[in-house]
Amino acid sequence: MFGFLTQAVWSPYIAGAGIGILSCLALVLADRPLGCSTAFVKARGLIGKVFSAEKTEKMEYYQEIVPQMDWAFMIIPGIIIGAFLSSVLSGTFHVIWVPALWESVFGGNAVLRIIVALVGGILLGFGARWAGGCTSGHGISGSIQLSLASMITAACFFAGGIAVAVLLYRVIGGILI
Amino acid sequence: MTSLAAIRGSSRTQVVLGLFTGICFGFLLQKGGATDYGVIEGQLLLTNFTVLKLMLSAVMVGMIVFPILKKFGYANSHAAHGTLGANVIGGLIFGAGFALLGYCPGTVAGAVGTGALDALIGGMTGMLIGTGFFAGLYPALKSRVLAYGKFPAVTVPEFLHLNLWVVIIILEAFMTGFLILLGQYRL
Repeated sequence: MFGFLTQAVWSPYIAGAGIGILSCLALVLADRPLGCSTAFVKARGLIGKVFSAEKTEKMEYYQEIVPQMDWAFMIIPGIIIGAFLSSVLSGTFHVIWVPALWESVFGGNAVLRIIVALVGGILLGFGARWAGGCTSGHGISGSIQLSLASMITAACFFAGGIAVAVLLYRVIGGILI
Repeated sequence: MTSLAAIRGSSRTQVVLGLFTGICFGFLLQKGGATDYGVIEGQLLLTNFTVLKLMLSAVMVGMIVFPILKKFGYANSHAAHGTLGANVIGGLIFGAGFALLGYCPGTVAGAVGTGALDALIGGMTGMLIGTGFFAGLYPALKSRVLAYGKFPAVTVPEFLHLNLWVVIIILEAFMTGFLILLGQYRL
Protein backbone atom coordinates (compact mmCIF):
# COMPACT_ATOMS: atom_id res chain seq x y z
CA MET A 1 0.00 0.00 0.00
CA PHE A 2 2.86 2.37 0.79
CA GLY A 3 5.01 1.06 -2.05
CA PHE A 4 4.96 4.45 -3.75
CA LEU A 5 7.13 5.82 -0.95
CA THR A 6 9.99 3.51 -1.86
CA GLN A 7 9.75 4.05 -5.63
CA ALA A 8 12.96 5.63 -6.93
CA VAL A 9 11.13 8.28 -8.98
CA TRP A 10 7.58 9.44 -9.43
CA SER A 11 6.15 10.82 -12.61
CA PRO A 12 7.24 14.49 -12.72
CA TYR A 13 3.59 15.35 -13.38
CA ILE A 14 2.50 13.77 -10.07
CA ALA A 15 5.37 15.27 -8.07
CA GLY A 16 4.75 18.63 -9.79
CA ALA A 17 1.03 18.58 -8.99
CA GLY A 18 1.97 17.90 -5.35
CA ILE A 19 4.31 20.92 -5.38
CA GLY A 20 1.46 23.03 -6.82
CA ILE A 21 -0.83 22.01 -3.94
CA LEU A 22 1.98 22.58 -1.40
CA SER A 23 2.62 26.09 -2.80
CA CYS A 24 -1.08 26.91 -2.33
CA LEU A 25 -1.02 25.49 1.22
CA ALA A 26 1.94 27.75 2.01
CA LEU A 27 -0.05 30.77 0.79
CA VAL A 28 -3.01 29.77 2.99
CA LEU A 29 -1.24 28.68 6.18
CA ALA A 30 1.79 31.00 6.18
CA ASP A 31 0.49 33.77 3.88
CA ARG A 32 3.83 33.50 2.07
CA PRO A 33 5.01 32.25 -1.31
CA LEU A 34 6.96 28.98 -1.08
CA GLY A 35 10.44 30.31 -1.77
CA CYS A 36 13.90 29.13 -0.81
CA SER A 37 16.34 32.02 -1.23
CA THR A 38 14.98 34.08 1.71
CA ALA A 39 16.21 31.34 4.04
CA PHE A 40 19.78 31.99 2.88
CA VAL A 41 19.43 35.71 3.72
CA LYS A 42 18.25 34.79 7.22
CA ALA A 43 21.02 32.22 7.66
CA ARG A 44 23.65 34.69 6.41
CA GLY A 45 22.29 37.37 8.75
CA LEU A 46 22.37 34.96 11.71
CA ILE A 47 25.99 34.06 10.92
CA GLY A 48 26.81 37.78 10.65
CA LYS A 49 25.23 38.40 14.05
CA VAL A 50 27.57 35.86 15.65
CA PHE A 51 30.55 37.96 14.54
CA SER A 52 29.04 41.42 14.90
CA ALA A 53 25.43 41.77 16.03
CA GLU A 54 25.52 45.58 15.87
CA LYS A 55 26.91 45.76 12.35
CA THR A 56 24.46 43.16 11.04
CA GLU A 57 21.43 44.80 12.64
CA LYS A 58 22.39 48.16 11.14
CA MET A 59 22.35 46.78 7.59
CA GLU A 60 19.28 47.89 5.66
CA TYR A 61 18.78 44.49 3.97
CA TYR A 62 18.59 42.66 7.31
CA GLN A 63 16.09 45.23 8.57
CA GLU A 64 13.82 44.32 5.65
CA ILE A 65 14.46 40.56 5.87
CA VAL A 66 14.98 39.94 9.58
CA PRO A 67 17.47 37.15 10.35
CA GLN A 68 15.52 34.78 12.59
CA MET A 69 14.52 31.12 12.64
CA ASP A 70 10.98 31.44 11.31
CA TRP A 71 8.79 29.79 8.62
CA ALA A 72 10.96 30.99 5.72
CA PHE A 73 14.17 29.87 7.45
CA MET A 74 12.88 26.38 8.28
CA ILE A 75 12.15 25.57 4.62
CA ILE A 76 15.83 24.76 3.92
CA PRO A 77 16.47 22.33 6.82
CA GLY A 78 13.06 20.85 5.91
CA ILE A 79 14.07 20.28 2.29
CA ILE A 80 17.31 18.59 3.37
CA ILE A 81 15.38 16.25 5.69
CA GLY A 82 12.62 15.57 3.12
CA ALA A 83 15.05 14.77 0.30
CA PHE A 84 17.11 12.62 2.69
CA LEU A 85 14.02 10.60 3.73
CA SER A 86 12.92 10.23 0.13
CA SER A 87 16.33 9.09 -1.14
CA VAL A 88 16.82 6.68 1.76
CA LEU A 89 13.36 5.17 1.17
CA SER A 90 14.18 4.90 -2.54
CA GLY A 91 17.58 3.36 -1.81
CA THR A 92 19.24 6.07 -3.92
CA PHE A 93 21.07 7.93 -1.12
CA HIS A 94 24.80 7.96 -1.78
CA VAL A 95 27.59 10.36 -0.88
CA ILE A 96 29.24 11.91 -3.95
CA TRP A 97 31.77 14.68 -4.55
CA VAL A 98 31.45 14.91 -8.33
CA PRO A 99 28.18 14.34 -10.25
CA ALA A 100 28.35 11.71 -13.03
CA LEU A 101 27.57 14.12 -15.90
CA TRP A 102 30.29 16.54 -14.73
CA GLU A 103 32.78 13.68 -14.39
CA SER A 104 32.07 12.43 -17.93
CA VAL A 105 33.23 15.78 -19.37
CA PHE A 106 35.49 17.46 -16.81
CA GLY A 107 36.90 14.43 -14.97
CA GLY A 108 36.67 13.28 -11.37
CA ASN A 109 38.73 16.05 -9.73
CA ALA A 110 36.67 17.09 -6.69
CA VAL A 111 38.58 20.37 -6.15
CA LEU A 112 37.71 21.64 -9.65
CA ARG A 113 34.06 20.69 -9.18
CA ILE A 114 33.86 22.37 -5.74
CA ILE A 115 35.45 25.59 -7.07
CA VAL A 116 32.98 25.82 -9.97
CA ALA A 117 30.07 24.93 -7.66
CA LEU A 118 31.20 27.64 -5.23
CA VAL A 119 31.34 30.29 -7.99
CA GLY A 120 27.94 29.07 -9.21
CA GLY A 121 26.54 29.25 -5.70
CA ILE A 122 27.79 32.82 -5.23
CA LEU A 123 26.15 33.93 -8.51
CA LEU A 124 22.99 32.00 -7.64
CA GLY A 125 22.63 33.58 -4.20
CA PHE A 126 23.51 37.04 -5.50
CA GLY A 127 21.17 36.74 -8.51
CA ALA A 128 18.29 35.28 -6.49
CA ARG A 129 18.31 38.24 -4.12
CA TRP A 130 18.82 40.72 -6.97
CA ALA A 131 15.73 39.28 -8.70
CA GLY A 132 13.83 38.93 -5.40
CA GLY A 133 13.26 35.19 -5.57
CA CYS A 134 14.22 31.83 -7.00
CA THR A 135 12.89 29.01 -9.16
CA SER A 136 10.19 28.15 -6.64
CA GLY A 137 9.35 31.64 -5.32
CA HIS A 138 9.14 33.31 -8.73
CA GLY A 139 8.94 30.31 -11.06
CA ILE A 140 6.15 28.44 -9.28
CA SER A 141 4.48 30.57 -6.56
CA GLY A 142 4.76 33.81 -8.56
CA SER A 143 3.48 32.20 -11.74
CA ILE A 144 0.53 30.70 -9.83
CA GLN A 145 -0.43 34.28 -8.88
CA LEU A 146 0.00 35.30 -12.56
CA SER A 147 2.69 37.79 -11.56
CA LEU A 148 4.16 39.39 -14.69
CA ALA A 149 7.50 40.05 -12.95
CA SER A 150 7.74 36.44 -11.75
CA MET A 151 7.08 34.96 -15.19
CA ILE A 152 9.66 37.28 -16.80
CA THR A 153 12.16 36.42 -14.05
CA ALA A 154 11.62 32.67 -14.54
CA ALA A 155 12.17 33.07 -18.29
CA CYS A 156 15.46 34.90 -17.54
CA PHE A 157 16.57 32.11 -15.14
CA PHE A 158 16.31 29.66 -18.02
CA ALA A 159 17.68 32.03 -20.70
CA GLY A 160 20.81 32.69 -18.63
CA GLY A 161 21.01 29.07 -17.51
CA ILE A 162 20.75 27.62 -21.02
CA ALA A 163 23.36 30.07 -22.37
CA VAL A 164 25.92 29.25 -19.67
CA ALA A 165 25.19 25.48 -19.68
CA VAL A 166 25.71 25.37 -23.47
CA LEU A 167 28.93 27.40 -23.10
CA LEU A 168 30.14 25.05 -20.35
CA TYR A 169 29.23 21.70 -21.90
CA ARG A 170 29.05 22.28 -25.64
CA VAL A 171 31.77 24.90 -26.15
CA ILE A 172 34.33 24.33 -23.35
CA GLY A 173 33.37 20.65 -22.92
CA GLY A 174 33.46 20.21 -26.70
CA ILE A 175 37.11 21.32 -26.78
CA LEU A 176 38.03 18.99 -23.89
CA ILE A 177 36.50 15.83 -25.37
CA MET B 1 -11.17 32.97 9.55
CA THR B 2 -10.01 33.62 13.11
CA SER B 3 -8.35 30.22 13.25
CA LEU B 4 -6.39 30.97 10.08
CA ALA B 5 -5.22 34.28 11.56
CA ALA B 6 -4.21 32.40 14.72
CA ILE B 7 -2.15 29.91 12.71
CA ARG B 8 -0.42 32.69 10.76
CA GLY B 9 0.13 34.75 13.91
CA SER B 10 1.68 32.07 16.11
CA SER B 11 5.44 32.12 15.60
CA ARG B 12 5.85 28.66 17.13
CA THR B 13 3.22 27.16 14.80
CA GLN B 14 4.89 28.86 11.85
CA VAL B 15 8.30 27.35 12.66
CA VAL B 16 6.78 23.85 12.76
CA LEU B 17 4.76 24.51 9.60
CA GLY B 18 7.84 25.83 7.78
CA LEU B 19 9.80 22.72 8.68
CA PHE B 20 6.90 20.46 7.65
CA THR B 21 6.41 22.37 4.36
CA GLY B 22 10.13 22.05 3.65
CA ILE B 23 10.08 18.30 4.36
CA CYS B 24 7.17 17.79 1.93
CA PHE B 25 8.88 20.02 -0.66
CA GLY B 26 12.19 18.16 -0.36
CA PHE B 27 10.42 14.82 -0.58
CA LEU B 28 8.53 15.86 -3.75
CA LEU B 29 11.62 17.41 -5.37
CA GLN B 30 13.63 14.22 -4.80
CA LYS B 31 10.84 11.91 -6.00
CA GLY B 32 10.34 14.17 -9.00
CA GLY B 33 14.02 13.77 -9.91
CA ALA B 34 14.88 17.46 -9.51
CA THR B 35 17.58 17.03 -6.84
CA ASP B 36 19.87 15.33 -9.36
CA TYR B 37 22.64 17.38 -11.01
CA GLY B 38 22.31 15.48 -14.30
CA VAL B 39 18.57 16.17 -14.48
CA ILE B 40 18.92 19.93 -13.86
CA GLU B 41 21.95 20.39 -16.13
CA GLY B 42 20.14 18.21 -18.71
CA GLN B 43 17.22 20.66 -18.60
CA LEU B 44 19.55 23.60 -19.27
CA LEU B 45 21.18 21.62 -22.12
CA LEU B 46 17.66 20.83 -23.41
CA THR B 47 18.24 17.07 -23.31
CA ASN B 48 16.04 16.27 -20.28
CA PHE B 49 12.78 18.12 -19.65
CA THR B 50 11.98 16.73 -16.17
CA VAL B 51 12.43 20.13 -14.47
CA LEU B 52 10.03 21.92 -16.82
CA LYS B 53 7.50 19.08 -16.56
CA LEU B 54 7.64 19.37 -12.78
CA MET B 55 7.37 23.18 -12.78
CA LEU B 56 4.61 23.38 -15.37
CA SER B 57 2.52 20.72 -13.58
CA ALA B 58 2.91 22.66 -10.33
CA VAL B 59 1.90 25.92 -12.00
CA MET B 60 -1.02 24.31 -13.89
CA VAL B 61 -2.50 22.97 -10.64
CA GLY B 62 -1.74 26.03 -8.52
CA MET B 63 -2.98 28.49 -11.14
CA ILE B 64 -6.50 27.02 -10.78
CA VAL B 65 -6.47 26.40 -7.02
CA PHE B 66 -5.01 29.79 -5.97
CA PRO B 67 -7.66 32.14 -7.46
CA ILE B 68 -10.41 30.01 -5.88
CA LEU B 69 -8.70 30.20 -2.47
CA LYS B 70 -8.25 33.94 -2.97
CA LYS B 71 -11.89 34.46 -3.94
CA PHE B 72 -13.04 32.85 -0.68
CA GLY B 73 -10.54 34.84 1.40
CA TYR B 74 -8.16 32.01 2.27
CA ALA B 75 -5.16 33.43 0.39
CA ASN B 76 -3.75 36.82 -0.61
CA SER B 77 -1.89 37.79 -3.75
CA HIS B 78 1.78 38.59 -3.21
CA ALA B 79 2.42 39.62 -6.81
CA ALA B 80 4.51 42.80 -6.79
CA HIS B 81 5.61 45.35 -9.34
CA GLY B 82 8.78 44.20 -11.08
CA THR B 83 11.47 46.09 -12.96
CA LEU B 84 13.81 45.39 -15.85
CA GLY B 85 16.78 46.19 -13.61
CA ALA B 86 15.80 43.81 -10.81
CA ASN B 87 14.02 40.93 -12.52
CA VAL B 88 15.80 40.66 -15.87
CA ILE B 89 19.37 41.38 -14.70
CA GLY B 90 18.92 39.39 -11.48
CA GLY B 91 17.31 36.54 -13.42
CA LEU B 92 20.25 36.36 -15.85
CA ILE B 93 22.85 36.41 -13.03
CA PHE B 94 20.85 33.66 -11.31
CA GLY B 95 20.79 31.69 -14.58
CA ALA B 96 24.59 31.79 -14.86
CA GLY B 97 24.90 30.47 -11.30
CA PHE B 98 22.15 27.89 -11.96
CA ALA B 99 24.20 26.42 -14.85
CA LEU B 100 27.59 26.51 -13.08
CA LEU B 101 26.26 24.99 -9.86
CA GLY B 102 23.72 22.67 -11.48
CA TYR B 103 21.19 23.26 -8.70
CA CYS B 104 18.84 26.11 -7.70
CA PRO B 105 18.37 27.43 -4.12
CA GLY B 106 15.79 24.77 -3.21
CA THR B 107 17.24 21.82 -5.09
CA VAL B 108 20.75 22.55 -3.74
CA ALA B 109 19.36 21.77 -0.27
CA GLY B 110 17.58 18.72 -1.70
CA ALA B 111 20.80 17.49 -3.28
CA VAL B 112 22.54 17.82 0.11
CA GLY B 113 19.86 15.50 1.52
CA THR B 114 20.66 12.90 -1.14
CA GLY B 115 24.38 12.98 -0.26
CA ALA B 116 25.80 15.48 -2.81
CA LEU B 117 28.82 17.09 -1.13
CA ASP B 118 29.42 19.50 -4.06
CA ALA B 119 25.98 20.92 -3.24
CA LEU B 120 26.84 21.25 0.46
CA ILE B 121 30.40 22.55 0.35
CA GLY B 122 30.31 24.43 -2.96
CA GLY B 123 26.63 25.29 -3.39
CA MET B 124 25.33 26.14 0.08
CA THR B 125 28.53 28.00 1.06
CA GLY B 126 28.43 29.94 -2.22
CA MET B 127 24.77 30.84 -1.67
CA LEU B 128 25.60 32.30 1.76
CA ILE B 129 28.53 34.29 0.34
CA GLY B 130 26.51 35.59 -2.64
CA THR B 131 23.61 36.56 -0.40
CA GLY B 132 26.00 38.42 1.90
CA PHE B 133 27.46 40.34 -1.06
CA PHE B 134 23.99 41.37 -2.10
CA ALA B 135 23.04 42.48 1.42
CA GLY B 136 26.12 44.73 1.46
CA LEU B 137 25.40 46.24 -1.95
CA TYR B 138 21.63 46.57 -1.41
CA PRO B 139 21.56 50.24 -0.24
CA ALA B 140 23.56 51.25 -3.36
CA LEU B 141 21.45 49.19 -5.77
CA LYS B 142 18.00 49.79 -4.31
CA SER B 143 17.06 53.17 -5.75
CA ARG B 144 19.24 52.79 -8.85
CA VAL B 145 19.43 49.62 -10.94
CA LEU B 146 16.78 47.69 -8.98
CA ALA B 147 14.26 50.47 -9.64
CA TYR B 148 15.13 50.89 -13.33
CA GLY B 149 12.52 50.12 -16.01
CA LYS B 150 9.32 49.49 -14.08
CA PHE B 151 7.05 46.92 -15.75
CA PRO B 152 3.71 48.33 -16.98
CA ALA B 153 1.56 46.00 -14.85
CA VAL B 154 1.65 43.73 -11.79
CA THR B 155 -0.20 40.72 -13.20
CA VAL B 156 -0.53 39.16 -16.64
CA PRO B 157 -4.32 39.78 -16.85
CA GLU B 158 -3.71 43.50 -16.09
CA PHE B 159 -0.95 43.61 -18.69
CA LEU B 160 -3.09 41.99 -21.41
CA HIS B 161 -6.33 43.74 -20.31
CA LEU B 162 -8.05 40.37 -20.20
CA ASN B 163 -10.27 38.66 -17.66
CA LEU B 164 -8.43 36.55 -15.05
CA TRP B 165 -10.03 33.25 -16.06
CA VAL B 166 -9.52 33.90 -19.79
CA VAL B 167 -5.78 34.28 -19.11
CA ILE B 168 -5.77 31.13 -16.96
CA ILE B 169 -7.50 29.10 -19.69
CA ILE B 170 -5.09 30.39 -22.37
CA LEU B 171 -2.04 29.58 -20.19
CA GLU B 172 -3.40 26.13 -19.28
CA ALA B 173 -3.94 25.41 -22.99
CA PHE B 174 -0.41 26.56 -23.92
CA MET B 175 1.20 24.56 -21.12
CA THR B 176 -0.83 21.43 -21.96
CA GLY B 177 0.14 21.77 -25.62
CA PHE B 178 3.80 22.17 -24.68
CA LEU B 179 3.75 19.07 -22.44
CA ILE B 180 2.01 17.03 -25.18
CA LEU B 181 4.69 18.14 -27.66
CA LEU B 182 7.44 17.07 -25.24
CA GLY B 183 5.77 13.66 -25.01
CA GLN B 184 5.52 13.36 -28.80
CA TYR B 185 9.23 14.06 -29.20
CA ARG B 186 9.99 11.71 -26.23
CA LEU B 187 11.87 14.44 -24.38
